[in-house]
Amino acid sequence: MTFDINVIFSHLPEIASGAFVTIVIWIVAALAAAVLGFLVAVARRFGGVLFDRAFGIVIAVLRGTPFLIQIFLVYYGGPFVGLSLNPIPAGVVGLSIYGAAYFSEIFRSGFAAVPKGHIEAGLCVGLTHTQIVRRILLPEMTMLVLPPSLNMTIILMKETAVLSIITVPELTATLSAIGSQQYAFVEALFVLALFYWALVEITGWLGRLAETKLTRFRFFNI
Amino acid sequence: MSTKLFELLLQASIYTVTISVVSILIGFAISIIVSAMLLSRQRLFMLLGQVFISFFRGVPLLVQLLLIYNLLPVIGINVPSIVAAVVGLSLCTAAYQAENLRGGFASVPSGLVESAEMVGLTPMQIFRRIKAPIALRLTFPALVNEAILILKASSLVSVVGIVELTRMAQDLAGSTFLPLEIFASAGLIYLAINWIVALAGGLIERSLPGAPR
Repeated sequence: MTFDINVIFSHLPEIASGAFVTIVIWIVAALAAAVLGFLVAVARRFGGVLFDRAFGIVIAVLRGTPFLIQIFLVYYGGPFVGLSLNPIPAGVVGLSIYGAAYFSEIFRSGFAAVPKGHIEAGLCVGLTHTQIVRRILLPEMTMLVLPPSLNMTIILMKETAVLSIITVPELTATLSAIGSQQYAFVEALFVLALFYWALVEITGWLGRLAETKLTRFRFFNI
Repeated sequence: MSTKLFELLLQASIYTVTISVVSILIGFAISIIVSAMLLSRQRLFMLLGQVFISFFRGVPLLVQLLLIYNLLPVIGINVPSIVAAVVGLSLCTAAYQAENLRGGFASVPSGLVESAEMVGLTPMQIFRRIKAPIALRLTFPALVNEAILILKASSLVSVVGIVELTRMAQDLAGSTFLPLEIFASAGLIYLAINWIVALAGGLIERSLPGAPR
């Protein structure tokens, strides 16, 4: 067995471009998922029972089916309902919707942890729903939703690898292609695994740093 | 979509369930060893356990599967793709389960263990009669969760060429030009399987010794 890593590094520009696509898709999708998830959680909280139930079913479906099936539905099924997307937009859309389902549950549990009396007090003094969300719910639940949000962001990063299956030119697709052209699968996948491992560890470390910084100052007394 | 297509999907889902169940069981066995390493007083073992967990949780499962599928033949082990799939899923789930088990063992009240020592139980008896049942009771919900995650993750073994539910759906979608119906049906089958697992998990959880009544 020969293990020649130089074969891989002679393709550095392609690898850099693949890594760039991976990171951009990840950041865009994670931000979109968090915002979408937050809006869904707010809608479920204040939109009435029917709304809450309907979203509950959608979220159960999104959490109960594999991401790969969802992305196939968007990419191959989309054109049949008039939604033709290129691989990258389809990937971002699919990843955002998938992540939003989990983020909305994170925010919902955060909302649930805020004492009911605080909301009622807000309603009593005449705050609007927006004000209640912005001034009571959001600050009080921040510490609680940070760790699971960080977790979800890392999970979404790993899911970007799945997008290679619908031919998004991210790092997994790039390195698999280099591996098959050069007959250096193991080397290519080894580099790929190291890349993701490092990115996950760095993200986790930065996230924990942010958490301790936020906890140290204790903006919010919960 | 005809019932024939749906039947084909159902047949393929047998592979999905089998692969997932086998991987969960093998993963559980591995996770016992890894969690023992994590709780060991030997620094080297502890470090090895931590690296194992960090690697298999930090690398996407798809990459792990591709790596194992391509690595095994290179080091001279020619295995059918089903073995590569099961090895990949088992190692991945072992990392997650080991963390759960470690948490479970760490939450066994030390007073219970000390009193067992006082009445003269051997370490083996303490493990079998006190630590293991309590840790299992505590980690069972997480185990059900992990089973559902692995059932979903098993859709990825389609990349190493096993015709399970997702691969069958892909093949059928390509040959019939009904991707919407077929992928939605596959999604529903996954949903039904996961729902059954969650339901069964809840029932077993309530019948475990020490469950709140």
